[in-house]
Amino acid sequence: MNTKVKIAGVEFKNPVMTASGTFGSGMEYSEFVDLNRLGAVVTKGVASVPWEGNPTPRIAETYGGMLNAIGLQNPGIDVFIERDIPFLKKFDTRIIVNVCGKTVEDYLDVVERLGDTGVDMLEINVSCPNVKEGAIAFGQKADSLYAITSAVKKKARQPVIMKLSPNVTDITEMARAAEAAGADALSMINTLTGMKIDVHKRKFVLANRTGGLSGPAVKPVAVRMVYQTAQAVKIPIIGMGGIANAEDALEFLLAGATAVAVGAMNFANPYTTVEVAEGIEDYMKQYNIEDIHSLIGSVE
Amino acid sequence: MEQKKKVKTKVISQTEIADGIYDMWIETDLAQTAKAGQFLCIYPHNESMLLPRPISICETDREKGRLRIVYRVAGKGTEELSLYHTGRNIRILGNLGNGFPLEAAVGKRVFLIGGGIGIPPMLQLAKDLKQEGKAAEVTVIAGYRNKQLFLKDDMGKYAAVYVATEDGSAGTEGNVMDAIAENGLEADVIMACGPMPMLRAVKRYAEEKGIDAYISLEERMACGVGACLGCVCKTVEKDAHSHVNNARICTDGPVFSAKDVNI
Repeated sequence: MNTKVKIAGVEFKNPVMTASGTFGSGMEYSEFVDLNRLGAVVTKGVASVPWEGNPTPRIAETYGGMLNAIGLQNPGIDVFIERDIPFLKKFDTRIIVNVCGKTVEDYLDVVERLGDTGVDMLEINVSCPNVKEGAIAFGQKADSLYAITSAVKKKARQPVIMKLSPNVTDITEMARAAEAAGADALSMINTLTGMKIDVHKRKFVLANRTGGLSGPAVKPVAVRMVYQTAQAVKIPIIGMGGIANAEDALEFLLAGATAVAVGAMNFANPYTTVEVAEGIEDYMKQYNIEDIHSLIGSVE
Repeated sequence: MEQKKKVKTKVISQTEIADGIYDMWIETDLAQTAKAGQFLCIYPHNESMLLPRPISICETDREKGRLRIVYRVAGKGTEELSLYHTGRNIRILGNLGNGFPLEAAVGKRVFLIGGGIGIPPMLQLAKDLKQEGKAAEVTVIAGYRNKQLFLKDDMGKYAAVYVATEDGSAGTEGNVMDAIAENGLEADVIMACGPMPMLRAVKRYAEEKGIDAYISLEERMACGVGACLGCVCKTVEKDAHSHVNNARICTDGPVFSAKDVNI
Protein backbone atom coordinates (compact mmCIF):
# COMPACT_ATOMS: atom_id res chain seq x y z
CA MET A 1 0.00 0.00 0.00
CA ASN A 2 1.44 3.36 -0.99
CA THR A 3 0.60 6.45 1.05
CA LYS A 4 3.56 8.47 -0.20
CA VAL A 5 2.87 11.65 -2.10
CA LYS A 6 5.21 14.01 -3.91
CA ILE A 7 4.90 17.77 -4.12
CA ALA A 8 7.36 19.71 -6.26
CA GLY A 9 9.84 16.82 -6.09
CA VAL A 10 9.63 16.52 -2.30
CA GLU A 11 8.40 13.15 -1.09
CA PHE A 12 6.14 12.87 1.97
CA LYS A 13 5.67 9.52 3.74
CA ASN A 14 1.98 10.24 4.01
CA PRO A 15 -0.25 13.15 3.04
CA VAL A 16 -0.92 14.37 6.60
CA MET A 17 0.60 17.64 7.72
CA THR A 18 -0.06 20.21 10.41
CA ALA A 19 -1.68 23.53 9.56
CA SER A 20 0.48 26.54 10.28
CA GLY A 21 -0.15 28.26 13.58
CA THR A 22 -1.89 25.34 15.24
CA PHE A 23 1.15 23.23 16.04
CA GLY A 24 3.91 25.68 16.95
CA SER A 25 7.14 24.15 15.66
CA GLY A 26 6.05 20.74 16.87
CA MET A 27 7.78 20.95 20.23
CA GLU A 28 4.65 21.28 22.36
CA TYR A 29 2.72 18.56 20.55
CA SER A 30 5.68 16.17 20.46
CA GLU A 31 4.63 15.28 24.01
CA PHE A 32 1.52 13.69 22.51
CA VAL A 33 2.31 12.88 18.90
CA ASP A 34 5.22 10.97 17.38
CA LEU A 35 6.26 13.55 14.80
CA ASN A 36 7.88 10.74 12.78
CA ARG A 37 4.37 9.62 11.90
CA LEU A 38 3.53 12.84 10.06
CA GLY A 39 4.08 13.68 6.42
CA ALA A 40 5.30 17.11 7.42
CA VAL A 41 5.27 19.65 10.18
CA VAL A 42 4.25 23.06 8.88
CA THR A 43 5.50 25.63 11.36
CA LYS A 44 3.91 28.69 12.86
CA GLY A 45 4.55 31.77 10.70
CA VAL A 46 7.99 33.28 11.13
CA ALA A 47 8.99 36.85 10.26
CA SER A 48 12.33 38.60 9.85
CA VAL A 49 12.10 40.04 13.39
CA PRO A 50 10.03 39.06 16.48
CA TRP A 51 6.35 40.03 16.31
CA GLU A 52 4.40 40.52 19.51
CA GLY A 53 1.00 39.82 17.98
CA ASN A 54 -2.38 41.20 19.02
CA PRO A 55 -3.79 42.08 22.45
CA THR A 56 -5.89 39.47 24.28
CA PRO A 57 -8.49 38.00 24.14
CA ARG A 58 -7.15 36.33 21.01
CA ILE A 59 -9.42 33.27 21.03
CA ALA A 60 -13.18 32.79 20.87
CA GLU A 61 -15.12 29.59 20.41
CA THR A 62 -17.99 29.58 17.93
CA TYR A 63 -20.46 26.86 16.95
CA GLY A 64 -18.37 24.02 15.51
CA GLY A 65 -15.38 26.29 15.18
CA MET A 66 -13.23 28.97 16.68
CA LEU A 67 -12.00 32.46 15.95
CA ASN A 68 -8.40 33.39 16.48
CA ALA A 69 -6.65 36.70 16.25
CA ILE A 70 -3.16 35.83 17.45
CA GLY A 71 -1.60 38.29 15.03
CA LEU A 72 1.34 36.04 14.11
CA GLN A 73 3.28 36.35 17.35
CA ASN A 74 6.64 34.79 16.60
CA PRO A 75 10.26 34.95 17.78
CA GLY A 76 11.70 36.01 14.42
CA ILE A 77 13.94 34.10 12.04
CA ASP A 78 17.12 34.19 14.17
CA VAL A 79 15.64 32.29 17.10
CA PHE A 80 13.70 30.09 14.71
CA ILE A 81 16.84 28.96 12.87
CA GLU A 82 18.76 28.44 16.09
CA ARG A 83 16.04 26.62 18.07
CA ASP A 84 13.11 25.36 16.02
CA ILE A 85 14.78 23.97 12.91
CA PRO A 86 17.35 21.85 14.83
CA PHE A 87 14.49 20.48 16.94
CA LEU A 88 12.47 19.45 13.89
CA LYS A 89 15.51 17.93 12.17
CA LYS A 90 15.65 15.27 14.88
CA PHE A 91 12.54 13.72 13.37
CA ASP A 92 11.95 11.77 10.19
CA THR A 93 9.36 14.17 8.83
CA ARG A 94 9.44 16.97 6.28
CA ILE A 95 9.80 20.55 7.48
CA ILE A 96 7.71 23.26 5.85
CA VAL A 97 8.31 26.76 7.17
CA ASN A 98 5.48 29.27 7.05
CA VAL A 99 6.86 32.69 6.17
CA CYS A 100 5.16 35.99 6.99
CA GLY A 101 6.03 39.64 6.55
CA LYS A 102 4.73 43.18 6.39
CA THR A 103 6.54 44.12 3.18
CA VAL A 104 7.87 42.16 0.22
CA GLU A 105 11.38 42.80 1.58
CA ASP A 106 10.40 41.19 4.90
CA TYR A 107 9.30 38.02 3.13
CA LEU A 108 12.43 37.93 0.97
CA ASP A 109 14.63 38.42 4.01
CA VAL A 110 13.16 35.33 5.69
CA VAL A 111 13.17 33.29 2.49
CA GLU A 112 16.84 34.10 1.97
CA ARG A 113 17.78 33.24 5.55
CA LEU A 114 16.08 29.85 5.17
CA GLY A 115 18.02 29.12 1.98
CA ASP A 116 20.79 27.00 3.48
CA THR A 117 18.96 25.64 6.52
CA GLY A 118 17.91 22.38 4.93
CA VAL A 119 14.18 22.89 5.42
CA ASP A 120 12.16 21.12 2.76
CA MET A 121 9.66 23.70 1.58
CA LEU A 122 8.44 27.22 2.23
CA GLU A 123 4.83 28.18 2.69
CA ILE A 124 4.26 31.85 2.02
CA ASN A 125 1.56 33.31 4.25
CA VAL A 126 -0.22 35.93 2.16
CA SER A 127 -3.54 35.23 3.80
CA CYS A 128 -3.49 35.84 7.55
CA PRO A 129 -6.52 38.03 8.28
CA ASN A 130 -5.27 39.19 11.67
CA VAL A 131 -2.45 41.58 10.89
CA LYS A 132 -3.03 45.01 9.47
CA GLU A 133 -0.01 45.38 7.22
CA GLY A 134 1.24 42.84 4.74
CA ALA A 135 0.01 39.27 4.94
CA ILE A 136 -3.52 39.21 3.56
CA ALA A 137 -3.02 42.42 1.59
CA PHE A 138 -0.80 40.37 -0.74
CA GLY A 139 -3.32 37.59 -1.00
CA GLN A 140 -6.50 39.37 -1.95
CA LYS A 141 -5.49 40.91 -5.27
CA ALA A 142 -4.31 38.77 -8.15
CA ASP A 143 -1.66 41.25 -9.31
CA SER A 144 -0.11 41.65 -5.83
CA LEU A 145 -0.15 37.90 -5.35
CA TYR A 146 1.55 37.46 -8.72
CA ALA A 147 4.18 40.04 -7.79
CA ILE A 148 5.08 38.58 -4.39
CA THR A 149 5.05 35.02 -5.71
CA SER A 150 7.50 35.95 -8.50
CA ALA A 151 9.73 37.84 -6.07
CA VAL A 152 9.81 34.93 -3.62
CA LYS A 153 10.45 32.37 -6.37
CA LYS A 154 13.53 34.32 -7.51
CA LYS A 155 15.06 34.15 -4.02
CA ALA A 156 13.82 30.80 -2.73
CA ARG A 157 16.14 27.79 -2.66
CA GLN A 158 13.25 25.49 -1.74
CA PRO A 159 9.95 24.83 -3.51
CA VAL A 160 7.34 27.47 -2.70
CA ILE A 161 3.78 26.90 -1.50
CA MET A 162 1.48 29.92 -1.61
CA LYS A 163 -1.16 29.82 1.13
CA LEU A 164 -4.40 31.23 -0.21
CA SER A 165 -7.08 33.23 1.53
CA PRO A 166 -10.73 32.24 1.20
CA ASN A 167 -11.68 35.89 1.74
CA VAL A 168 -11.83 36.63 -1.99
CA THR A 169 -14.55 36.69 -4.63
CA ASP A 170 -12.95 34.00 -6.80
CA ILE A 171 -10.22 31.84 -5.32
CA THR A 172 -9.41 30.27 -8.69
CA GLU A 173 -8.32 33.68 -9.96
CA MET A 174 -5.82 33.89 -7.09
CA ALA A 175 -4.71 30.30 -7.65
CA ARG A 176 -4.04 30.96 -11.32
CA ALA A 177 -2.08 34.11 -10.53
CA ALA A 178 0.14 32.18 -8.10
CA GLU A 179 0.63 29.37 -10.61
CA ALA A 180 1.46 31.81 -13.41
CA ALA A 181 4.07 33.46 -11.14
CA GLY A 182 5.78 30.12 -10.64
CA ALA A 183 4.36 28.82 -7.35
CA ASP A 184 5.18 25.14 -6.90
CA ALA A 185 2.07 24.35 -4.87
CA LEU A 186 -0.90 25.93 -3.13
CA SER A 187 -2.21 25.44 0.37
CA MET A 188 -5.75 26.35 1.21
CA ILE A 189 -7.75 27.54 2.93
CA ASN A 190 -6.49 30.02 5.49
CA THR A 191 -9.16 31.16 7.94
CA LEU A 192 -12.36 32.99 7.03
CA THR A 193 -12.66 36.44 8.58
CA GLY A 194 -15.30 36.38 11.29
CA MET A 195 -16.60 38.22 14.33
CA LYS A 196 -18.25 37.38 17.65
CA ILE A 197 -20.11 39.78 19.91
CA ASP A 198 -20.85 39.34 23.61
CA VAL A 199 -24.46 40.50 23.84
CA HIS A 200 -24.39 40.77 27.63
CA LYS A 201 -21.41 43.12 27.63
CA ARG A 202 -22.27 44.51 24.16
CA LYS A 203 -18.62 44.19 23.28
CA PHE A 204 -16.48 42.45 20.71
CA VAL A 205 -15.23 39.16 22.13
CA LEU A 206 -11.82 39.48 20.46
CA ALA A 207 -9.61 42.47 21.23
CA ASN A 208 -8.88 42.61 17.50
CA ARG A 209 -12.67 42.70 16.84
CA THR A 210 -12.32 40.31 13.90
CA GLY A 211 -10.58 36.97 13.81
CA GLY A 212 -10.04 34.00 11.54
CA LEU A 213 -12.69 31.29 11.65
CA SER A 214 -11.47 27.69 11.53
CA GLY A 215 -12.65 24.26 12.59
CA PRO A 216 -15.35 21.92 11.26
CA ALA A 217 -17.68 24.87 10.60
CA VAL A 218 -15.53 25.92 7.61
CA LYS A 219 -14.92 22.48 6.11
CA PRO A 220 -17.59 22.51 3.37
CA VAL A 221 -16.33 25.89 2.16
CA ALA A 222 -12.77 24.60 2.13
CA VAL A 223 -13.64 21.39 0.27
CA ARG A 224 -15.55 23.38 -2.34
CA MET A 225 -12.64 25.79 -2.83
CA VAL A 226 -10.10 22.96 -3.12
CA TYR A 227 -12.29 21.27 -5.72
CA GLN A 228 -12.71 24.47 -7.76
CA THR A 229 -9.01 25.23 -7.56
CA ALA A 230 -8.01 21.70 -8.54
CA GLN A 231 -10.05 22.20 -11.70
CA ALA A 232 -8.34 25.51 -12.40
CA VAL A 233 -4.62 24.81 -11.89
CA LYS A 234 -2.09 22.03 -12.49
CA ILE A 235 0.11 22.54 -9.42
CA PRO A 236 -0.57 20.39 -6.34
CA ILE A 237 -2.84 21.56 -3.54
CA ILE A 238 -2.51 20.99 0.21
CA GLY A 239 -6.07 21.05 1.50
CA MET A 240 -7.16 22.13 4.96
CA GLY A 241 -10.11 23.54 6.85
CA GLY A 242 -11.75 21.78 9.78
CA ILE A 243 -10.25 18.32 9.29
CA ALA A 244 -11.15 16.30 12.40
CA ASN A 245 -10.77 12.72 11.17
CA ALA A 246 -9.75 10.56 8.23
CA GLU A 247 -13.09 10.94 6.47
CA ASP A 248 -12.70 14.70 6.47
CA ALA A 249 -9.19 14.35 5.07
CA LEU A 250 -10.41 11.95 2.39
CA GLU A 251 -12.97 14.52 1.26
CA PHE A 252 -10.12 16.90 0.54
CA LEU A 253 -8.12 14.22 -1.30
CA LEU A 254 -11.12 13.24 -3.39
CA ALA A 255 -11.75 16.92 -4.15
CA GLY A 256 -8.24 17.13 -5.61
CA ALA A 257 -5.83 17.85 -2.76
CA THR A 258 -2.51 15.94 -2.89
CA ALA A 259 -2.00 16.38 0.84
CA VAL A 260 -3.98 17.63 3.82
CA ALA A 261 -3.31 19.57 6.98
CA VAL A 262 -4.91 19.37 10.41
CA GLY A 263 -5.43 22.72 12.10
CA ALA A 264 -7.87 23.77 14.80
CA MET A 265 -8.74 20.17 15.61
CA ASN A 266 -5.30 19.70 17.14
CA PHE A 267 -6.72 21.82 19.96
CA ALA A 268 -9.81 19.63 20.33
CA ASN A 269 -7.70 16.47 20.30
CA PRO A 270 -3.91 16.59 20.35
CA TYR A 271 -3.73 13.18 18.63
CA THR A 272 -5.79 14.22 15.58
CA THR A 273 -2.90 14.21 13.07
CA VAL A 274 -1.83 10.64 13.77
CA GLU A 275 -5.44 9.44 13.93
CA VAL A 276 -6.05 10.95 10.50
CA ALA A 277 -2.93 9.27 9.06
CA GLU A 278 -3.96 5.88 10.48
CA GLY A 279 -7.57 6.35 9.40
CA ILE A 280 -6.53 6.98 5.80
CA GLU A 281 -4.62 3.68 5.82
CA ASP A 282 -7.64 1.88 7.25
CA TYR A 283 -9.83 3.35 4.51
CA MET A 284 -7.37 2.23 1.84
CA LYS A 285 -7.39 -1.30 3.28
CA GLN A 286 -11.17 -1.31 3.48
CA TYR A 287 -11.54 -0.40 -0.19
CA ASN A 288 -8.45 -2.26 -1.44
CA ILE A 289 -6.75 0.87 -2.62
CA GLU A 290 -3.11 0.18 -3.49
CA ASP A 291 -1.98 3.71 -4.17
CA ILE A 292 -3.23 6.88 -2.57
CA HIS A 293 -2.88 8.61 -5.96
CA SER A 294 -5.92 6.77 -7.19
CA LEU A 295 -7.96 8.73 -4.66
CA ILE A 296 -6.65 12.20 -5.42
CA GLY A 297 -9.23 14.20 -7.37
CA SER A 298 -11.30 11.11 -8.05
CA VAL A 299 -14.66 12.46 -6.94
CA GLU A 300 -17.42 11.94 -9.47
CA MET B 1 8.83 17.24 34.18
CA GLU B 2 6.00 14.75 34.17
CA GLN B 3 4.58 14.10 30.71
CA LYS B 4 1.23 15.67 29.91
CA LYS B 5 -1.43 13.30 28.70
CA LYS B 6 -5.00 13.20 27.56
CA VAL B 7 -7.05 10.52 29.29
CA LYS B 8 -10.58 9.27 29.10
CA THR B 9 -11.78 8.54 32.58
CA LYS B 10 -14.80 8.68 34.87
CA VAL B 11 -16.61 11.08 37.14
CA ILE B 12 -16.66 9.74 40.70
CA SER B 13 -19.13 12.24 42.10
CA GLN B 14 -20.53 15.69 41.55
CA THR B 15 -22.53 18.06 43.75
CA GLU B 16 -23.59 21.68 43.54
CA ILE B 17 -22.02 23.29 46.61
CA ALA B 18 -23.19 26.86 46.05
CA ASP B 19 -25.38 28.56 43.45
CA GLY B 20 -23.82 27.64 40.11
CA ILE B 21 -20.67 26.25 41.79
CA TYR B 22 -20.00 22.55 41.22
CA ASP B 23 -17.71 20.16 43.04
CA MET B 24 -16.52 17.16 41.03
CA TRP B 25 -14.16 14.28 41.81
CA ILE B 26 -12.53 12.61 38.81
CA GLU B 27 -10.83 9.21 38.79
CA THR B 28 -7.32 9.57 37.33
CA ASP B 29 -3.71 8.67 37.99
CA LEU B 30 -2.87 12.26 37.09
CA ALA B 31 -3.48 12.75 40.81
CA GLN B 32 -0.08 11.15 41.48
CA THR B 33 1.80 14.08 40.00
CA ALA B 34 -0.65 17.00 40.18
CA LYS B 35 0.60 20.12 41.93
CA ALA B 36 -1.38 22.90 43.57
CA GLY B 37 -2.03 25.63 41.04
CA GLN B 38 -1.90 23.34 38.02
CA PHE B 39 -4.97 22.91 35.85
CA LEU B 40 -6.79 20.41 33.67
CA CYS B 41 -8.31 20.91 30.25
CA ILE B 42 -11.70 19.22 29.99
CA TYR B 43 -13.09 18.40 26.55
CA PRO B 44 -16.87 18.79 26.16
CA HIS B 45 -18.68 15.80 24.64
CA ASN B 46 -20.85 18.11 22.52
CA GLU B 47 -18.79 18.39 19.34
CA SER B 48 -20.10 21.86 18.52
CA MET B 49 -17.71 22.92 21.27
CA LEU B 50 -14.20 22.53 19.94
CA LEU B 51 -12.07 23.80 22.73
CA PRO B 52 -11.18 22.22 26.04
CA ARG B 53 -12.16 24.09 29.22
CA PRO B 54 -9.23 24.98 31.46
CA ILE B 55 -10.18 24.36 35.11
CA SER B 56 -7.86 24.54 38.08
CA ILE B 57 -7.19 21.57 40.32
CA CYS B 58 -8.82 22.06 43.72
CA GLU B 59 -7.60 18.99 45.56
CA THR B 60 -5.59 15.87 44.83
CA ASP B 61 -6.00 12.49 46.49
CA ARG B 62 -2.94 10.47 45.56
CA GLU B 63 -3.92 7.41 47.60
CA LYS B 64 -7.25 6.93 45.87
CA GLY B 65 -6.05 8.30 42.51
CA ARG B 66 -8.56 11.06 42.12
CA LEU B 67 -8.64 14.78 41.44
CA ARG B 68 -11.18 17.35 42.58
CA ILE B 69 -12.28 20.36 40.61
CA VAL B 70 -14.60 23.11 41.81
CA TYR B 71 -15.87 25.39 39.05
CA ARG B 72 -18.55 27.92 38.25
CA VAL B 73 -20.99 27.38 35.38
CA ALA B 74 -20.05 30.23 33.07
CA GLY B 75 -21.16 29.04 29.63
CA LYS B 76 -22.22 26.08 27.54
CA GLY B 77 -19.09 24.02 28.26
CA THR B 78 -19.27 24.22 32.03
CA GLU B 79 -23.04 23.78 31.80
CA GLU B 80 -22.50 20.45 30.06
CA LEU B 81 -19.93 19.50 32.67
CA SER B 82 -22.35 20.32 35.49
CA LEU B 83 -24.75 17.67 34.16
CA TYR B 84 -22.26 14.79 34.46
CA HIS B 85 -23.30 12.16 36.97
CA THR B 86 -21.26 9.50 38.74
CA GLY B 87 -19.75 7.09 36.20
CA ARG B 88 -19.97 9.50 33.25
CA ASN B 89 -17.03 9.43 30.85
CA ILE B 90 -14.91 12.51 30.94
CA ARG B 91 -11.94 13.43 28.75
CA ILE B 92 -9.21 15.42 30.40
CA LEU B 93 -5.76 16.68 29.56
CA GLY B 94 -3.35 17.18 32.40
CA ASN B 95 -1.46 18.14 34.38
CA LEU B 96 -1.00 21.54 32.84
CA GLY B 97 0.92 24.63 33.90
CA ASN B 98 3.55 25.20 36.53
CA GLY B 99 1.69 25.42 39.86
CA PHE B 100 2.54 27.49 42.93
CA PRO B 101 6.15 27.46 44.20
CA LEU B 102 5.93 25.76 47.60
CA GLU B 103 9.61 26.49 48.23
CA ALA B 104 8.85 30.23 48.29
CA ALA B 105 6.88 29.65 51.50
CA VAL B 106 9.69 28.06 53.52
CA GLY B 107 10.07 29.83 56.87
CA LYS B 108 7.58 32.50 55.85
CA ARG B 109 4.17 33.74 56.93
CA VAL B 110 2.05 33.04 53.86
CA PHE B 111 -1.18 34.59 52.63
CA LEU B 112 -3.25 32.38 50.36
CA ILE B 113 -5.67 34.79 48.73
CA GLY B 114 -8.56 33.46 46.67
CA GLY B 115 -11.35 35.43 45.05
CA GLY B 116 -14.56 33.78 43.83
CA ILE B 117 -13.80 30.90 41.52
CA GLY B 118 -10.10 31.55 42.20
CA ILE B 119 -10.59 30.02 45.66
CA PRO B 120 -10.44 26.29 44.69
CA PRO B 121 -6.66 25.99 44.05
CA MET B 122 -6.05 27.48 47.50
CA LEU B 123 -7.37 24.29 49.10
CA GLN B 124 -4.65 22.00 47.75
CA LEU B 125 -2.08 24.71 48.33
CA ALA B 126 -3.11 25.06 52.00
CA LYS B 127 -3.01 21.27 52.33
CA ASP B 128 0.46 20.97 50.78
CA LEU B 129 1.88 23.78 52.89
CA LYS B 130 0.43 22.25 56.04
CA GLN B 131 1.75 18.77 55.22
CA GLU B 132 5.17 20.08 54.28
CA GLY B 133 5.18 22.05 57.52
CA LYS B 134 7.91 24.39 56.35
CA ALA B 135 5.88 27.61 56.22
CA ALA B 136 5.94 29.63 59.46
CA GLU B 137 2.23 30.39 59.22
CA VAL B 138 -0.48 29.92 56.58
CA THR B 139 -3.49 32.23 56.42
CA VAL B 140 -6.24 31.97 53.83
CA ILE B 141 -8.18 35.08 52.85
CA ALA B 142 -11.14 34.18 50.68
CA GLY B 143 -13.44 36.62 48.90
CA TYR B 144 -17.01 35.53 48.18
CA ARG B 145 -20.09 37.17 46.67
CA ASN B 146 -22.26 36.22 49.64
CA LYS B 147 -22.50 33.86 52.59
CA GLN B 148 -22.31 30.74 50.41
CA LEU B 149 -18.79 30.08 51.64
CA PHE B 150 -17.85 27.13 49.47
CA LEU B 151 -14.64 25.28 50.46
CA LYS B 152 -14.21 27.40 53.60
CA ASP B 153 -14.52 24.44 55.96
CA ASP B 154 -12.20 22.32 53.79
CA MET B 155 -9.53 25.01 53.87
CA GLY B 156 -10.10 25.50 57.59
CA LYS B 157 -8.63 22.04 58.21
CA TYR B 158 -5.23 23.27 57.06
CA ALA B 159 -5.10 26.99 57.79
CA ALA B 160 -6.79 29.93 59.49
CA VAL B 161 -9.43 31.27 57.10
CA TYR B 162 -10.63 34.88 56.93
CA VAL B 163 -13.59 35.75 54.76
CA ALA B 164 -14.78 38.81 52.87
CA THR B 165 -18.16 39.01 51.18
CA GLU B 166 -19.39 41.55 48.66
CA ASP B 167 -22.77 41.82 50.33
CA GLY B 168 -21.44 41.76 53.89
CA SER B 169 -23.42 38.65 54.76
CA ALA B 170 -20.33 36.94 56.25
CA GLY B 171 -16.91 38.08 57.42
CA THR B 172 -15.66 41.46 56.32
CA GLU B 173 -17.95 43.43 54.02
CA GLY B 174 -15.91 44.21 50.92
CA ASN B 175 -12.99 42.43 49.28
CA VAL B 176 -10.01 40.38 50.39
CA MET B 177 -7.85 43.46 50.90
CA ASP B 178 -10.50 44.89 53.24
CA ALA B 179 -10.42 41.61 55.19
CA ILE B 180 -6.63 41.79 55.52
CA ALA B 181 -6.86 45.37 56.84
CA GLU B 182 -9.79 44.75 59.16
CA ASN B 183 -8.13 41.75 60.80
CA GLY B 184 -4.67 43.31 60.93
CA LEU B 185 -3.15 40.35 59.05
CA GLU B 186 0.47 40.28 57.95
CA ALA B 187 2.56 38.07 55.69
CA ASP B 188 6.00 37.68 54.12
CA VAL B 189 4.80 36.12 50.88
CA ILE B 190 1.47 35.92 49.00
CA MET B 191 -0.01 33.30 46.70
CA ALA B 192 -3.22 34.33 44.97
CA CYS B 193 -5.82 33.36 42.41
CA GLY B 194 -8.90 35.33 41.47
CA PRO B 195 -10.33 38.05 39.24
CA MET B 196 -7.95 40.55 37.63
CA PRO B 197 -8.94 43.55 39.85
CA MET B 198 -8.08 41.42 42.90
CA LEU B 199 -4.77 40.33 41.43
CA ARG B 200 -3.88 43.94 40.63
CA ALA B 201 -4.64 44.87 44.24
CA VAL B 202 -2.49 41.97 45.46
CA LYS B 203 0.39 43.04 43.22
CA ARG B 204 0.14 46.64 44.49
CA TYR B 205 -0.06 45.49 48.11
CA ALA B 206 2.99 43.25 47.71
CA GLU B 207 4.95 46.10 46.14
CA GLU B 208 4.02 48.46 48.98
CA LYS B 209 5.01 45.89 51.59
CA GLY B 210 8.13 44.85 49.70
CA ILE B 211 7.16 41.18 49.70
CA ASP B 212 6.91 38.55 46.96
CA ALA B 213 3.56 37.60 45.47
CA TYR B 214 2.76 34.70 43.16
CA ILE B 215 -0.43 35.14 41.17
CA SER B 216 -2.33 32.73 38.97
CA LEU B 217 -3.58 34.31 35.73
CA GLU B 218 -6.23 33.25 33.26
CA GLU B 219 -7.03 34.07 29.67
CA ARG B 220 -9.01 32.57 26.80
CA MET B 221 -7.12 29.44 25.74
CA ALA B 222 -7.29 27.15 22.75
CA CYS B 223 -4.68 24.38 22.95
CA GLY B 224 -3.69 24.48 26.63
CA VAL B 225 -0.19 23.21 25.80
CA GLY B 226 1.68 26.28 24.56
CA ALA B 227 1.30 25.89 20.81
CA CYS B 228 -1.42 28.33 19.78
CA LEU B 229 -0.16 31.45 21.57
CA GLY B 230 -3.72 32.44 22.42
CA CYS B 231 -3.39 32.91 26.19
CA VAL B 232 -0.51 35.32 26.61
CA CYS B 233 0.15 37.92 29.28
CA LYS B 234 2.48 40.91 29.23
CA THR B 235 5.80 40.29 30.93
CA VAL B 236 8.49 42.68 32.11
CA GLU B 237 11.29 40.63 30.55
CA LYS B 238 11.31 39.01 27.12
CA ASP B 239 9.47 35.69 27.21
CA ALA B 240 11.32 32.46 26.52
CA HIS B 241 9.22 31.40 23.54
CA SER B 242 8.68 34.43 21.30
CA HIS B 243 11.08 36.95 22.88
CA VAL B 244 8.39 39.65 22.78
CA ASN B 245 7.30 40.10 26.44
CA ASN B 246 4.29 37.81 25.94
CA ALA B 247 4.46 34.74 28.17
CA ARG B 248 2.09 31.83 27.62
CA ILE B 249 -0.22 31.51 30.60
CA CYS B 250 -0.87 27.81 29.91
CA THR B 251 2.78 26.71 29.94
CA ASP B 252 4.95 29.51 31.37
CA GLY B 253 2.20 30.06 33.99
CA PRO B 254 -0.51 30.12 35.08
CA VAL B 255 1.41 31.15 38.21
CA PHE B 256 3.74 34.11 37.78
CA SER B 257 5.74 36.19 40.19
CA ALA B 258 3.65 39.38 40.34
CA LYS B 259 6.68 41.53 39.67
CA ASP B 260 7.37 39.72 36.39
CA VAL B 261 4.02 40.54 34.76
CA ASN B 262 2.26 43.74 33.74
CA ILE B 263 -1.39 43.27 34.59
